[in-house]
Order: sequence, then structure tokens, then C-alpha cells
Amino acid sequence: MSLSKYFKLFDISLQNTVVYRWNFLLRSLFDVMPLVGTVYLWRALFAARGQPIAGYDFEAMVFYFLLTLLVSNLITPADDDWQIAADIRDGQLNALLIKPVSYPAYRISLFLGSRTIHAAVTLPFVLLIFAVFHRYIRLPGHADTWLWTALSVGMAAFLQFFITYSIAMLAFWFLEISTIIFIVLSFEYFLSGHLFPLDLTPPWFQAAATWLPFTYELFFPVSVFLEKTRGPALYQGLLIQAGWVVLTWLAGRAMWSRGLRRYGAYGG
Amino acid sequence: MKRYWDVYKILLRNSIIREMSFKGNFLLWMVTELLWFLGQVLFVDVLFLYTDHIGNWTKWEVVLLIGTHQIISQIFQAVCYMNLSNLPELVRTGRLDLMLLLPMDAQFSVSTRQFGLDNVVNAGIGVAFVLFSLGKLGVVPSPGQVGWYVIAVLLGSTVHYSIMFALATFSFWIVRAQGLIYGYYSLINVSRYPSEVFGGLFKFVFTWLIPVIVVANSPARILARASVQPLGLILQLAVVSALSLTLSRLFWRRALRRYSSASS
Repeated sequence: MSLSKYFKLFDISLQNTVVYRWNFLLRSLFDVMPLVGTVYLWRALFAARGQPIAGYDFEAMVFYFLLTLLVSNLITPADDDWQIAADIRDGQLNALLIKPVSYPAYRISLFLGSRTIHAAVTLPFVLLIFAVFHRYIRLPGHADTWLWTALSVGMAAFLQFFITYSIAMLAFWFLEISTIIFIVLSFEYFLSGHLFPLDLTPPWFQAAATWLPFTYELFFPVSVFLEKTRGPALYQGLLIQAGWVVLTWLAGRAMWSRGLRRYGAYGG
Repeated sequence: MKRYWDVYKILLRNSIIREMSFKGNFLLWMVTELLWFLGQVLFVDVLFLYTDHIGNWTKWEVVLLIGTHQIISQIFQAVCYMNLSNLPELVRTGRLDLMLLLPMDAQFSVSTRQFGLDNVVNAGIGVAFVLFSLGKLGVVPSPGQVGWYVIAVLLGSTVHYSIMFALATFSFWIVRAQGLIYGYYSLINVSRYPSEVFGGLFKFVFTWLIPVIVVANSPARILARASVQPLGLILQLAVVSALSLTLSRLFWRRALRRYSSASS
């Protein structure tokens, strides 16, 4: 199988994203607002409390949110689920099915392409935010942390994509899947550490979260970088993360092949 | 005015008929909104594991604030949200032409076509949480407080509307404007926090120019604290909502002049 066609798709996706540059520049700009709100909120909280929370002081907390912003800018799929659902619902899939490309591979190429350009364009912007908050930055003390972080961020990217992909596959069975997308999004928002670090929750909650996929979409890679997860916990986490990547991938594949049998090729 | 009300009654009836014919979808949207709301309450719960006040707000006062925010945003979303988030699509495809030809104010037509019934239920959930918080706080507001609260909530919804309307209007310049709808949620995000946590230029800008900070804070304060003078807060809300409504209207007029339709 030649990979070059997928590189071409990757390239098309890059160009597509650039065409709608306003759209994602605005999105990144709007990311700042909740961040600033969060910083203010935690400042007030730490002022009222006067001591660290679950090992975070105010600076560490701000750095945590900066990292979540960076990681989600790097890896979170933008509207891949909507596009895939639209492909299926409107019958645009027909044009792709008759071409000698694998649809899942086609989608992965587009995902990687749009993520790359998004990262390249928003990175200066994110770095600027980091520069503004430079006092809060604490680099890891151990060199191997960088390696583990890279591995875990990479897996988080694929985990996020495969979850998105599997949800979008539901469009084979249901006409309207936007509610399902938003329901999953709410779980991701609250349980992946987007709103608050998961180690602030009660122990029973954390124990449950260790086995959920959401933890590994964002919180886990960040906590690896912050060196809050090291040693056996790190290896266990990486294993569970890898397990979820494989599981969601298999789910996506299974749904694709079953869905295709049901596919009615409307429109076209 | 009467004509607009008559038209609105018909639109309302159509929306309700449409919603009721997709019951499954209606229920799923309710669940979705409920999950998002419960997540917020969970967040407050986590925060108050580590403190007993933020600014001078106690836990149940913050829950009351979040419930109030829920009521305000759901009232706005019931009446206008869906329509405004469709505006970029109307502009892109040129279907706005039809709206402009109607013998009505175009802003009215693009803002009010569909009514979201599920949002009414979700506003009810907000009300339930507000009542529950009042119970926990042991506060029984006077009829006067309730009256001012209702007025403040409606003014707050106007602010939500103005912000979203202005954002959607940007679509006359930018073709793909989903990012703008995302912007509504980002901006409104901070209105769930007690206003005391903010400071400096940020507080000034988002109190007076884009008044997201006061939107839910003022009504919550009026309801929860009998000692608060409502008149000043109401006056402030009235000023900022009138201002933002006017500005968004002016912006819309300007944008319309730029509209060149599409296709056909």
C-alpha cells in the first residue's frame, strides 16, 4: 500500500485549515477568556485558603491550566465528528468509497493534517500566553519525563480521535447525533481534567477515574509532565492508556464495518 | 407591536409542534443540558472541599449563582439561541434574502424563528436549584426581592442576546463562523463566578463594555441578600443591557449594508 496518497490528503487538510484561518484563530483567541477567568477564580480560592490544595500552590495550579490549554490545542479534534457524520448522512461517503483509499486512514490523515497546521499556527499564540505567565512555568526535574510526556500526549491524541471517530460512526444508525456528541463532550469536559485537576477530587472518585478513558485524554499526560505521576503509577497509567487506544480503535473499526453494511448511500 | 406579537404566537406554535414531533431528540437535549449543569454543580462541590468561601460567597450562594446563570442563559437560548447560531449559515447560503424581504424588522425575523422548548425545562432545573439553595441558606426573600430578581434575570438575558447577536453578525465578514458561537460560551463562561474574584482592567471591561460579569451576579445578590440595595444593581444592569443591545443593533445595521447575497 502506498502511503503517498495519505500524505496528499494530509496536505489537503493543511490547506483547508488555512483557508478558514479566521475560524480557528478566533477559537484560540476565545480560549483565553476562560483561562483568565480560571486564574482569577483560583487566585481568590488560594487567598481564602492560605495553603496548598492537594499539592498545588497557586503557581502550580496556573501552570496546570496552561498545560491543559497547550495539550488540547495540540491534540483535540476540531470538528472531525461533525464532518464524518455529515459524510455519512448526506451520502458524501459514496464518492470516497469508490476511490482506492481506506476511509479510516483517510480520516486519520485529515485529523493529523488539521492538527499539525492548527498547532503550527496557534503555537506562537500559546507561547505568547506562556510568556505572559512565565513566572508559573516549572520544567520537569527528570530528563525521562519529556519522553514519557511525548508518548502519553501522542496516545492521548489517538485516543481522542478514536473516541470522536467511534461516536461519529453512530451516524450510520441515527439521523441526528449532535446530542450524543454533546453528551460525550460533557463527560470529557468534566472528567478529563479540563475544568479542574482530577487529583482534587475525593479518593474514591480518583480511583474510579483511573479506569475511565477520559482521564487519559488530557489529565494523565499533563500529570506526567508535572511529575505527579511517576514510577509504578506511570507505567500502570501508560498501559491503561494504551489499552484504551486499542479498545477505541477496535470499536471504531467494528462500527465502521457494521455501519457500512447498513449504509443506504442517500443523496449522491 | 401587536403585529409582531401575533407573528410570534404563530412561530411559537409551530416550534412547539415541531419539537413534539421529535420527542426523542427533545429528551436527549434535555439530558445533555442537565449533564452540563450538574457538572457545574460538581465543580462547585470540588472547590468547596478546600475552602468555605470564595470572595464573600458561601457554597450555597455560589450554587444559587450558578442556578441563576442557568435560568438567564436558558431563557435566552429558548427564545433566540438556535436562530442566532443559524445566522452564519443564512449569510453563507444567501437564504437571508428571504428574511430581508419579509415585511418585518429583519433582526426580529432572524432572532425569533424557532423556540427551544427543552430550554424552558432546563430553566426550570435552574429554578429548582435556586430554590434549593435558598432553603440551604435559610433565606426567604421578600416579594420585592423576587420582583427585582425577575427583572434582573430578564435584563441579563438581554445581555446574553446582545453578545451572541453581535458575534453572529461577524459572519458577514467571516465565512465560516462556528468559531464565533464558541466565543459566546467562552465569554459567558466567567459569569458563573462571584464578581469579587475579578479585578483590574479585566473587571472594568467585562462589567461595562461586555457586561458578562454582572449578568448573573447582580440578580443572585439581590435574591440572596436582603441587605443589598437592589435599585443600584438594577440600574447598572439596565444601562449595560441597553447599551449592549444598541451597539449590537448598530453593528447589525452596518453588517447588512455589506451583505451581497449568494448564489441564485
